[in-house]
Amino acid sequence: MSAKLQSPRLCRGVEMMMAGALSLALVTTLPGSVAMAQVAVRGKTVHTMAGPPIANGMVVIQDGKISAIGVADQIAVPQGFRVLEAAVVTPGLIDTHGTVGFSGILNQPHDQDQLERSAPIQPELRAIDGFNAQEDLIEWIRSFGVTTVHTGHAPGELISGQTLIAKTGGRTVADAVIVEARAVAATLGAAAQKTENKSPGTRGKAIAMLRAELIKAREYLDKQKRAADAGDKGEPPPRDLRLETLGRVLQGELPLMITTQRSQDIASALRLAKEFEIKIWLDGADEAFLLIDEIKAAGVPVLIHPTMTRAFAEHENLSMETASKLVAAGIPVASQSGFESYVPKTRVVLFEAAVAAANGLSFEQALRTITIDAARILGIDGRVGSLEVGKDGDLALYDGDPFEYTTHCVGTIIEGRIVSETPR
Amino acid sequence: MRMIGRLCFVNCAVAVGVAIGASAAAQDRPTAFTGAKIIPIEGDEIENGTLLIAGGKITAVGPASDVNVPEGADKVDAAGKVIMPGLICTHSHIGGMRAGSGAADGSGPIQPGVRIMDAIDVHDAGFKRAVAGGLTTLNIMPGSGHLMSGQTIYVKLRLEDPKPRKIDDFFILDGDGKMMGGLKMANGTNSMRDPPFPGSRGKSAFLVREQYLKAREYNDKVSRAGGDAAKLPPRDLHLEALVEAMQGKRMVHHHTHRHDDIMTVLRLSAEFGFPVVLHHVSDGWKVAEEIAAAKAPCSVIVIDSPGGKLEARYSRFETGAILEKAGVLVAFHTDDYITDSRVFRRSAALAVRAGMSRAGALKALTLAGAQMLGLEQRIGSLKAGKDADFCILQGDPLSVYCQTQQTWVDGRKVFDRANPQDRLYAVGGFGAGNPQTPYLCCYDEASGGGEQ
Repeated sequence: MSAKLQSPRLCRGVEMMMAGALSLALVTTLPGSVAMAQVAVRGKTVHTMAGPPIANGMVVIQDGKISAIGVADQIAVPQGFRVLEAAVVTPGLIDTHGTVGFSGILNQPHDQDQLERSAPIQPELRAIDGFNAQEDLIEWIRSFGVTTVHTGHAPGELISGQTLIAKTGGRTVADAVIVEARAVAATLGAAAQKTENKSPGTRGKAIAMLRAELIKAREYLDKQKRAADAGDKGEPPPRDLRLETLGRVLQGELPLMITTQRSQDIASALRLAKEFEIKIWLDGADEAFLLIDEIKAAGVPVLIHPTMTRAFAEHENLSMETASKLVAAGIPVASQSGFESYVPKTRVVLFEAAVAAANGLSFEQALRTITIDAARILGIDGRVGSLEVGKDGDLALYDGDPFEYTTHCVGTIIEGRIVSETPR
Repeated sequence: MRMIGRLCFVNCAVAVGVAIGASAAAQDRPTAFTGAKIIPIEGDEIENGTLLIAGGKITAVGPASDVNVPEGADKVDAAGKVIMPGLICTHSHIGGMRAGSGAADGSGPIQPGVRIMDAIDVHDAGFKRAVAGGLTTLNIMPGSGHLMSGQTIYVKLRLEDPKPRKIDDFFILDGDGKMMGGLKMANGTNSMRDPPFPGSRGKSAFLVREQYLKAREYNDKVSRAGGDAAKLPPRDLHLEALVEAMQGKRMVHHHTHRHDDIMTVLRLSAEFGFPVVLHHVSDGWKVAEEIAAAKAPCSVIVIDSPGGKLEARYSRFETGAILEKAGVLVAFHTDDYITDSRVFRRSAALAVRAGMSRAGALKALTLAGAQMLGLEQRIGSLKAGKDADFCILQGDPLSVYCQTQQTWVDGRKVFDRANPQDRLYAVGGFGAGNPQTPYLCCYDEASGGGEQ
């Protein structure tokens, strides 16, 4: 119950030593200015993802960051630190693509902000303007150990908007978000196609529209550059939020995250990336196993579809073994919860990686797809994804193999704050 | 062209005949599966057990020392494996989900005379995926967008050679030789739509009550006719189905999520005397005592997160555990395509994660489902005399790492992971999602398929 009543931001200001009603009472009166919670975690097995697992390990978190890690009897835990124990400890899990915070739990119009259907190309829609940091499904995935999520505008339009990266323990957007704009979400294939003579009605038209818009953005950048070069005499073009965003894509600052399933659409995505020399991420990519050489040569990472995605329509050829095939080929791969339009409203990335672990990925490889490899693709590995001194104190605690159905997540810690402690 | 086709047809017809003969013989010869850990569901788990089957039935099951394997029996070494009954899904939509398929149409909310069996494509790849998950029996249901969307059908996944060609090949027949099935009903938001559908819960219940009253009158007329054809009312397929439900001959499988909707189902069931299985029961944990008191079994769906629709906002992994503790008979279902039949065992495992007993959860995948379909005398546990429906696993059924290696229905192997084609359906891949290629060796474009 505390997760709902306690504001995580305020909670940050309270030493975790103080539990129960006392701390709750303090929470309501203290501003978030006191020292961070101080906590240490002892694990029978600690998967650091920065080296082999540590048996009988200890992780110390001070002021939100990992201050020490190693074999427990060689680590001095400062006095007054609360010490949690668990059979298995991993870095807080990273979901490389979900829509939590946008596609709300009730699935009613008022809580669905993941897709704006008024136009097929709207890269100007910022994710931070639509993110509900206190949405119930964020709390749900957090209770399984997910501490970081790349979320935002969903698949379903040619370009649906921007994405962000958030921690799952924030009270407000500002609290939660660690990267305000991380990618621009695009969709190729049936999901983005329109009927009744609206565009794009075909694959050919979709690509033509994307190319035309990227060419416009390039001209916009050129005008800006010419104006800058001309100094005081230069006249920059009027600000255009759409072209500004696509300009960031062209400059390599924001990748185009292209959600697509069919191999022909994957090929189109790679062709587009080559033509405009832009960074892309393949998202979903059901039939990636048919184009392994091409994807590898293009150096494109794959946010592989949730392993348990339903195999019908454009998903009909998906395989639970694709992640293992891509990893074996040396392609950067991360797991994701994806977008769900109905029931379940969100998947849990831990469960998806688990099924991948049962279908060709090793335990270690599967865990990498939701920790360090996910962090690397998202560009946040300097901060999260492994347990190393100086990184964020984000941990997930389990009472057994995290992938086993019958194991419980017994604790989730974000920047030293225990945000979930009820076994689930 | 035509000649090639005909020639092929003749040769292949011979081949088919041989194949049928061979598998029929194999079916009749006893087969012993030895060395496995056997989970019979009724009774304790057996280490180093032997399962003996013959003629499509289980003839013996027990510790190796207790089971006499007759001379000449085929032997399958199952050391290190786990054998449990074929899984039973009490609520599936496989084969009936294509555009234009389904039972009731949009013309009205109450269509109990319509049958899902008339809409099922036995070549749907979903059936192949289901046996890859160890499933052997399904209750295939029409959708939940109607108060009464039609009659369900209980099927056995007889995917062995020769391949099934029609839904009849999947039928489960009752003592009178009639195919078995239930009646699908729903309440709550799914069936509330624009007129002529109800717009409220009160109207929903009213429409259902009105219909059962009509069925009661219809049945009274039939009784009064006393077999006199001249006095019989005109035959009404809709009302007939409801009469069967009220007579206990047709189980009502009722989609219901919210606690108040669950209570409405129990109230209507009591008023009209139809037996009912409550399906989904997202809020079942809130009214577990009431459900137990009504002795209503629950078929529970386990989904990865609550919500996705208002009525599922409070669905929990704990539902199975809470109902079990209250004394309710609990089964799980896939609602395939909502969850994938290949990972059906996961539903039980997540329920155990949330406090359900291991025995209860395994029973909820098998025998409890059989009870809800009225088939507990024939399937659902490994016991001499029951149908030889079982699956062979390479690990513990509740483990994510456990693969289904083989699935058997009526003593015939319908899935074998060692077979590349079967494996394709088990893990997916190019071509796995397409309907099965129509079975006929001679089908090709040259002959236009006309020689079938």
